[in-house]
Amino acid sequence: MRWFWIDRFVEFESGKFAKAVKNVSLAEEHLHDHFPGFAIMPGSLMIEGMAQTGGILLGEVNDFEHIVILAKVPKVTFHSWAVPGDSLVYTATLTDSRDEGGGVDVTAHVGDRLVAEAEIMFVHLDQKDAQFGAIDQKNFVFSMNLLGILDVGQAGDGT
Amino acid sequence: MASRDEIFEKVQETLVDALGVDDDEVTEEATLVDDLGAESIDFLDIVFRLEKNFGIKIPRGELFPENLAADASFVDDGKVTAEGIATLKEKMPHADIDSFANDPKVENIQSLFTVNMITNFVENKLNAG
Repeated sequence: MRWFWIDRFVEFESGKFAKAVKNVSLAEEHLHDHFPGFAIMPGSLMIEGMAQTGGILLGEVNDFEHIVILAKVPKVTFHSWAVPGDSLVYTATLTDSRDEGGGVDVTAHVGDRLVAEAEIMFVHLDQKDAQFGAIDQKNFVFSMNLLGILDVGQAGDGT
Repeated sequence: MASRDEIFEKVQETLVDALGVDDDEVTEEATLVDDLGAESIDFLDIVFRLEKNFGIKIPRGELFPENLAADASFVDDGKVTAEGIATLKEKMPHADIDSFANDPKVENIQSLFTVNMITNFVENKLNAG
């Protein structure tokens, strides 16, 4: 499995907000264990999806010069849940962007239903930083791989 | 000009949001690390929020200086030397260095970071601005 927790961006306004979709599917292995007989999208992975949406929004402000790391989730509330077949729409609004990092407010909706909302904080890391080697790469919000998401989404009808 | 009480209340609010603590835990004397459970990343979060809530600019390392004990001449036998204390005073006029000087163990440095210290810092900033 690849660490992509959003499928496509549907709206993107540089430095302001981004909207991404995550289609929950029964093909995802973990849903069969979470939980047996009651498949729901794990909240932790929803946070990851929200962080990927917000992290790319923040990274784009600086033309992806910095590596953006999920540093902290000061607040998250789950109001509901998402099941296979649902399209989760993550809407991230940039609240802060500066040299050291930044922050976003993100909501997750299925249709009109608010599923979750979170406040997420990121820090920037640069290859030249002394601590660079000490950081677990798993914490990176995106690698160049994930940026490919920005290119997907050309619909079959060419729009 | 905001009064000291108003500043404290806003600092309290900031810490409640940043650290997920209750407002009655955020007393003037509470230390950020031991009493309120702050971790390193929280310090950055606190700086972000203070800037936003008070409309001030806090250059890196001004409120929470980094690597305080890194200079070898500042530490001797696990204690901060007189020279180190002088530097702390200079770098952190907002902290209660005098109380620290009574028991200047290196591990006590983090107890300098109190709610009161942040209130002092913001008050100085607002007065200077």
